[in-house]
Amino acid sequence: MAAVDAEARTVSTESGQRLDYDWLVVAPGLVLDHDAIEGFNLDMVGEKGIGALYAGPEHAARTWAAASRFAEEGGTGLFTRPATEMKCAGAPLKHTFLIDDIGRRAGNAGRMNMIYAAPQSALFGVPIVAEKVRMLFEDRGVETMMNRTLTAIDAGARRATFAVDGGTEEVDYDYIHVIPPQRAPDFVVQSGLAWADRWTDQGWVEVDMQTLRHLRYPEIFALGDVAGVPKGKTAASVKWQVPVVEDHLVAAIEGREGTATYNGYTSCPMITRIGRAMLIEFDYRNNLVPSFPGIIAPLEELWISWLMKEVALKPTYNAMLRGRA
Amino acid sequence: MQELTHETMIAVFEEIFGRSLFWLMVAAVALITLGYIYVLVRDRAVSWRKFLLAQLSMPLGAVLAVWFVMAMTRSRLSDIGGPVDVMLLLGIAALGAVGMAILVYTVEALIGSRRTTGGGDVR
Repeated sequence: MAAVDAEARTVSTESGQRLDYDWLVVAPGLVLDHDAIEGFNLDMVGEKGIGALYAGPEHAARTWAAASRFAEEGGTGLFTRPATEMKCAGAPLKHTFLIDDIGRRAGNAGRMNMIYAAPQSALFGVPIVAEKVRMLFEDRGVETMMNRTLTAIDAGARRATFAVDGGTEEVDYDYIHVIPPQRAPDFVVQSGLAWADRWTDQGWVEVDMQTLRHLRYPEIFALGDVAGVPKGKTAASVKWQVPVVEDHLVAAIEGREGTATYNGYTSCPMITRIGRAMLIEFDYRNNLVPSFPGIIAPLEELWISWLMKEVALKPTYNAMLRGRA
Repeated sequence: MQELTHETMIAVFEEIFGRSLFWLMVAAVALITLGYIYVLVRDRAVSWRKFLLAQLSMPLGAVLAVWFVMAMTRSRLSDIGGPVDVMLLLGIAALGAVGMAILVYTVEALIGSRRTTGGGDVR
């Protein structure tokens, strides 16, 4: 996809093809902006204590090489996250918890200085979860550096630069986990589909929070990571979003009004160590919306939550891609 | 979770085990259950002699089931974090125990050992 002309209702592809549409569902995912971190490129991953696993399985394997070395040798581990919206905002925390647990099991807890650094002022978007994570970090001895945005790394010197309060701050590391800023693909902004006054550096599609329908072009819907809604860049959210878009799309084609709404449902199985997780589910209003209320407590580290994540999640999403779940 | 239909459950299980292994396992469970019902109907009674060995095998089934789940999910007993985990663990153990008992009883009744051939206790 190269461009959308929402006025003429046409889509142009990169191969130069031009297609007319009556209805359009925009679901191109997001773009990882690795270049935004000065001094970093993907070839470095796996060496000199650099981890960055969002780029794909190969980079995940290389990240593991660097991370496991850190878990064996110890030193300072810097675990970062970007200032932008991101896929699964719990992932930076999970990586921190897992590497801490792996080092701890190897008997190296005393040699590891764990630091979680984030541009936000809270550890998680949902206050009650942020507070729980704060307690867990305290328990594990993970220090936090809030309100700091990773802007550059010096791979040779193993030094990270953070933007903080108008100035900069440098921190030396032995291992750093880099998560790049994440944005909508360029064509979204260039085609005029993005919000003009929100997330202006990120370009998410301007849709209604409840219906995922474009606020200016009612024949356009957005699904998944690219949708400009406050929560929901997870596979679990997509599972909730698809039926809503389907309802409104079918209704619109039949000349009716759809009734389904998306409440911001997001699920985040927060792994807190190998063998335990918290099954956190929430909505736009930061309410916890547990699937098994009274049975599986969302803010407790439980084996059953780990089992669900370990056994059932990926199969569920695979089944979803085949249209069977 | 949104809605958990039978179709969804089957689709997810097919993804977990692979389609052929999953249905092979379902077939095995169905076959053993049918065999169990068959011997019960055939003998018109529960043979307590056969049931003794079946009962003795139950702890083994329980341990095997728990060990299997732990090994497949990289878990340890120390991961048990709350009451629901204990219930789940007991549930897995109970399933393993009952499954093993049915298996042993059925195999014994169908193949038979010298001790148990010749039907039930009542002659």
